[in-house]
Amino acid sequence: MLELYGTKFSSRMLLGTAGYASPDLLRQAVEASGAEIVTVSLRRESARAKTGQGFWGLIEELGRRVLPNTAGCHTAKEAITTAQMARELFGTNWIKLEVIANDDTLQPEVFGLVEAAAELNADGFDVLPYTTEDLSVAERLAAAGCEVLMPWGSPIGSARGLANKTALKTLRAYFPDTPLIVDAGLGAPSHAAEVMEMGYDGVLLNTAVAKAGNPVTMARGFARAIEGGRLAYEAGIVEPRDMATPSTPIAGTPFFKIDNAS
Amino acid sequence: MTGPYKIAIRGAGVTGLWQALTLARRGHSIIVVEQSTEPFTDACSPWAGAMLAPRCEEESAEPVIRELGMRGIQLWQAAYPDLTSAGSLVVAPARDRTLLDRFERMTEGGSRLDATQLEELEPDLIPRFDTALFYADEAHLNPEAALHFLLNEVRNAGAVVQFGTGETPDGADFIVDCRGLGAQDMLPTLRGVRGERIVVRSPDIAFERSIRLLHPRFPLYLVPWGEDETGANRFMLGATSIEREDGGPVTLRSTLELLSAAYVLDPAFGEAEILSLGAGVRPAFPDNRPRIITSSGYIFVNGLYRHGFLLAPVMAEMVAHYLETGVTHPEVFIADFGQR
Repeated sequence: MLELYGTKFSSRMLLGTAGYASPDLLRQAVEASGAEIVTVSLRRESARAKTGQGFWGLIEELGRRVLPNTAGCHTAKEAITTAQMARELFGTNWIKLEVIANDDTLQPEVFGLVEAAAELNADGFDVLPYTTEDLSVAERLAAAGCEVLMPWGSPIGSARGLANKTALKTLRAYFPDTPLIVDAGLGAPSHAAEVMEMGYDGVLLNTAVAKAGNPVTMARGFARAIEGGRLAYEAGIVEPRDMATPSTPIAGTPFFKIDNAS
Repeated sequence: MTGPYKIAIRGAGVTGLWQALTLARRGHSIIVVEQSTEPFTDACSPWAGAMLAPRCEEESAEPVIRELGMRGIQLWQAAYPDLTSAGSLVVAPARDRTLLDRFERMTEGGSRLDATQLEELEPDLIPRFDTALFYADEAHLNPEAALHFLLNEVRNAGAVVQFGTGETPDGADFIVDCRGLGAQDMLPTLRGVRGERIVVRSPDIAFERSIRLLHPRFPLYLVPWGEDETGANRFMLGATSIEREDGGPVTLRSTLELLSAAYVLDPAFGEAEILSLGAGVRPAFPDNRPRIITSSGYIFVNGLYRHGFLLAPVMAEMVAHYLETGVTHPEVFIADFGQR
């Protein structure tokens, strides 16, 4: 079971709600994915005066745990204000914290991220920070009170998969007990399977599903890949070898070349 | 079902006016009631970009939108002399070229142009763009001019249009409710989706067809709206799709995004003059598909979302067929009140 801030989930997929052709298609994709957590961007679908009521109603009808995010915020201050609006609107302390450094790469602005995380944690939020794979930043976020870390796979929406596997493995090794979720940059279910095989606790997706030729079928594909990757991790994956290893017994074969030298 | 009937139409936006025009021309007795005292002040129609681009819309809409939309273009062509049938173009900045590939995969009927072919159509896009998708049978119009034309034609066809009243007269055989978001009181699943746009003018820019600039975050639609009184060309730059229900002024952020995108399309927009900034709210059902909901003598035509100008004529044609023959389109008509 995935456990985030004391709540348990049987699905290890978190699904974003942006970019679908219609709210109805979004609903079908969420149902097909089995995701129990959906992220919602607060910035444009404005919280102020509940002007997005029609859309909020549809999100609430999904019956999933809502994880509001601070997408598009460029400073700690902006992200904190957005988080406070989200808490009021959705009645949740959960916040996916994004502070963006650069509109082109959408990479996390890690200094502002740590600053905002500390302040929001002190203010009673449960912060799920979208961060880079950098270990030193992860340590600062953990020190600031974050009980979950969400490193990127590659830039948001790029569908490139894992750009820095080594660093992600390092992060896993350094934080064996902290829930780690890869957030952003995945394109294909194989990417998600890879994340899960590395022992990560979950995967957060949006574009890969929303912009797929058929989002509903793609949601199902990701759900299976995530489950498959997790099972593989739990089962223990055999170590790769350079030579073939016969999987059938070789008893009865009197001689074989043991060093390939003769 | 035969007729002719006495039909009251609620709402005088593009949906209501097309219903009135189509039904009046087919011999029915029509009265249109519109709550606003002045034409089009409460409607979202004047905020449209009015691209008639059913093929391009399929990038993010169901095939039925394309099928109905192609008929919509035919009906506009037959009714409206100022329609521009010049096709539409889709371009992407070099580094976002994969978006163009995706767009091509998600739509049909577009042809891929090389730089030479593109230069023949829109020379000002060269050399910033060296390829494009071209949808030759799409069209566009100026929504404000078209709305006034429609209102005039509706009256010429013998229909009565009353402003400043929401009351339908007694004795109508059918009421056709085209109030858009105004019908939220009776259609609880209807929601508003905000769209923002900027109108500019420039004597130095001469695009002849509507152009989409693909971008992962700031897509842009440009629609040429013809010359203004100074002889400069007007262009609509739009339109965002934001899940909120207020009209209200355009935000600074949307303005920056739209204008930056326009600048990418053609730096000559740097010298263009801004004529207006505004936002409208379009009515949409959860699947973003249009519906005709029939409940004995009361008929809703709603949920045209971002396809109001494209679909209004064909929605009217379908209502007329339904009233005269009982024939319905399976993907558009809903007879059960419970499903709306």
